[in-house]
Amino acid sequence: MNELTSLSVAEMRSGLLSKQFSCVELVDAHLSRIEATNEVLNSFITISSELARSAAQNADSVIAQSGEESPPLTGIPVAVKDMLVTEGIETTCASQILKGFIPPYQCTAVSRMCKRGAVIVGKTNLDEFAMGASNENSSFGPVRNPWDTKRVPGGSSGGSAAAVSAGQAPLALGTDTGGSIRQPASLTGIVGLKPTYGRVSRFGAVAFASSLDQIGPFARSVEDLAVLLQAIAGKDERDSTSVDEPVPNYSEAIAKGENEALSKLRVGVPKEYFIDGMDPAVEDSVRKSLGVLEKLGATLVDVSLPHTELAIPTYYILNPAEASSNLARYDGVRYGLREPADSLQEMYARTRAKGFGPEVKRRIMIGTYVLSAGYYDAYYLKAQQIRTLIINDFKAAFANDCDVIAAPVSPSTAFAIGEKADSPLQMYLADVFTCPINLAGLPGMSVPCGSDADGLPIGLQFIGKPFDESTLLRCGHAFFKQSSFDIRSMARKQATEFAI
Amino acid sequence: MSANEKAIEAVIGLEVHCQLSTDSKIFATSSTAAGEVPNSLTDPVTLGLPGCLPVLNKKVVEYAIKLGLATHCSIQRESIFARKHYLYPDLPKGYQISQYEKPICLGGNITVRLKEGIKNIGITRIHLEEDAGKSSHVDGEAVSVVDLNRAGVPLVEIVSEPDMRTSEEAGAYMRLLRQTVRYLDISDGNMEEGSLRCDANVSVRYEGSEKFGTKVEVKNINSFRFVEKAIDYEIERQSAMLRNGEEIIQETRLWDEAKGKTRSMRSKEFAEDYRYFPDPDLLPLIVDNDWIDSVKNTLPELPDQVYQRFKSMYGLDDYNADVLTQESLVARYYDQAVSVHGNAGALANWIGTELFGRLNKEGMTIENCPVSPENLADLVHLIGQNVISGKIAKKVFDEMFSSGARPAAIIEQQGLQQITDESAIMAIVQQVLDANPQQLEAYRSGKDKMFGFFVGQIMKLSEGKANPQIVNTLLKQKLDE
Repeated sequence: MNELTSLSVAEMRSGLLSKQFSCVELVDAHLSRIEATNEVLNSFITISSELARSAAQNADSVIAQSGEESPPLTGIPVAVKDMLVTEGIETTCASQILKGFIPPYQCTAVSRMCKRGAVIVGKTNLDEFAMGASNENSSFGPVRNPWDTKRVPGGSSGGSAAAVSAGQAPLALGTDTGGSIRQPASLTGIVGLKPTYGRVSRFGAVAFASSLDQIGPFARSVEDLAVLLQAIAGKDERDSTSVDEPVPNYSEAIAKGENEALSKLRVGVPKEYFIDGMDPAVEDSVRKSLGVLEKLGATLVDVSLPHTELAIPTYYILNPAEASSNLARYDGVRYGLREPADSLQEMYARTRAKGFGPEVKRRIMIGTYVLSAGYYDAYYLKAQQIRTLIINDFKAAFANDCDVIAAPVSPSTAFAIGEKADSPLQMYLADVFTCPINLAGLPGMSVPCGSDADGLPIGLQFIGKPFDESTLLRCGHAFFKQSSFDIRSMARKQATEFAI
Repeated sequence: MSANEKAIEAVIGLEVHCQLSTDSKIFATSSTAAGEVPNSLTDPVTLGLPGCLPVLNKKVVEYAIKLGLATHCSIQRESIFARKHYLYPDLPKGYQISQYEKPICLGGNITVRLKEGIKNIGITRIHLEEDAGKSSHVDGEAVSVVDLNRAGVPLVEIVSEPDMRTSEEAGAYMRLLRQTVRYLDISDGNMEEGSLRCDANVSVRYEGSEKFGTKVEVKNINSFRFVEKAIDYEIERQSAMLRNGEEIIQETRLWDEAKGKTRSMRSKEFAEDYRYFPDPDLLPLIVDNDWIDSVKNTLPELPDQVYQRFKSMYGLDDYNADVLTQESLVARYYDQAVSVHGNAGALANWIGTELFGRLNKEGMTIENCPVSPENLADLVHLIGQNVISGKIAKKVFDEMFSSGARPAAIIEQQGLQQITDESAIMAIVQQVLDANPQQLEAYRSGKDKMFGFFVGQIMKLSEGKANPQIVNTLLKQKLDE
């Protein structure tokens, strides 16, 4: 059954429709794979076998009844980052403070994908409350990169990325606040997309930095990714910041990439995204990829995004500010952890001291500081002004020069577990090429474009105009089709070969 | 003039919170009903569960626009919801969503009527926010309990300019606000039940001084009766300190009704830092002209407009105009009653005395009044038409109040119609005079006041139905024979 877990979604679909295997078999194959590999990879916090099996049985009857007419994700296993609330399945955000919390309501993106037949196989590990770029900040232990288990898978959606890479699920949902989908996708050699802010409802995504958070898909091909994006995109009345913008048919974008490649497309290359100190292998691989884009018909255009170097400091003011506010609700009063004490203040203090890990506390403190009376103007307000400048950089580039931007995703390939754990600042710099896109609210996608000398994957980032995910999919598909990168190699690997 | 003799004036500004009577909460779907089982009117958004997002209730905005228009505010085309942070068990998210730098209404005013005339009181701003839940402390136990039914109930906060100088003005302002929200039907304005809450900013200074004194915020004023009492207490306390040369510190004080005093709650040094910032979960609230115009079209006649109209249209005096316009439903009742047969003056008196007296006695309000305006109008009309006397009318009214029947039907059924037939009345007069020879003698010998005695006897004999004017005329005629 090992072959089932390395199939593409399209292959699974056709196998299901032609009765080569059933949904139950497909889901069981993935559950077995998870069981066999999770001890090493630690990519799942919760494995929802029972619910998954009953959903698979249900999916089998849907396929038996409706066949080709059945929804596109019927019976397809999907892993869900434990940052998204799932009705009836414990949701922890990898934090002790939420341990035992079983939501009585469903995240909109999850419910939309389930409505289209998807089967949740479990909740994936992450940096606590999505704060991190290595998945080491989890109170459930670090996730290991399938390509090298001594290395991190990136973060914060490290569990979802590792799961898709290693064949634990063909698809996964993550969240991306400053790079948390694209960077782990890059480090684990798969495809990951952060949609435009407002493209996917945030209802049920546990809030980290509300003006930056977006839910997005991981997959082992751009076509697969498009199917999941199609399922979750669109306005939701329960999220005022979701936008009522028509959702195009993303398979048309894929077809365009297939048929026209990148002809007539102007691809911007921002000089600020090639910086001193980035891994030469990454720069080399990305530059080579630019050549491929040209061969595919694209015109490369030098563009400038002059405020890029301000993105990290801006991001690390706005992000903790919003985080400190969003995390105020974890007070031990209504749900999750409560550490009893003699007074209310003491109960708050003890609960939060015990429930939150060090990185979460760091952000709460920074955020509380930058919002305090007397510092607000110097930090929060200033950062908002710079955010506008960063938005304008992208606007100008898209208005005058290019249709899409190509850039690196991460300045390095997967680093060793523990390597940056003692330096928050080093860790923050991992977001250098991804967080500007969140600040600007734009869609961004990571597609594998090569490997370094150790065989570790490197990602190429496509950045699009607002709500132009279609162009990203087109670029990603055309680019990846000609690539020799074996995106399924980790999914094909024998479970027993994963070892620490 | 020594400092001790110089007059002191108070400067008062009020911050009034008013619960809006929408069906559902400001950012969530659960009901705003009061008096339900604790924590039964909640939902994931109200409980502040992870991943939940606020969605603004449009009705709330409509209500705020109504109030803004009624108080001559300028309705802001763009306003912003912010997060106000503090930790308390009845605040589920750890922050309250409130408008801060950009509220929905700015710069209005209302005009209060005082004994010495009218006074304009400025309104600085009106903003929208969500209510918190309710914490109760269990007596004798080291526990508190929290009810989140109230959490997320929509509130407007109405902030006045420091334009009031006396507690009477503050009381009049509060009453007018209450009257206004009730006319607009956006709140029940009930202070005792907490749907209207008042914090008073009070300072004192020597009259003629340009500078404001240090202000003290008085909280926990939860009844109309206490507004004036609490402010008077605070003015007196601060005035004594001012005269004694003591420093008044900026602080928050609580009104303790049992003791009739205010007491210190926290001083400025311990003031909380709320770390306001715009709520990223909510888009800026955009109110366009069309929206404002459509709300404008639904605005009812406001208390002062009705007051002025009652005076000019019906010729009411200040007192009656005031009494009949306190509640919009009473004003509407009166309008309806007058529209039947006129009789504006008589109806005003009937409503102000008989109807209100009876409603009060029964603990009822005009809403469930058994006497319809048409029936009351008929009753007053029947008096004017001499069908019944005023005295019989009260009896008929009692019957109308208990049965809801039409006055004509009651009169008919009980034979209460006035006797106006002169020969019939003359017969009764004769009967009374015949039966009381001594009294007749006394009258004739100059005791004029025996006239009243005879009238009483005649009315008694006629069971009150004899027309009093005719009785007077005929009796006089007979006695003077």
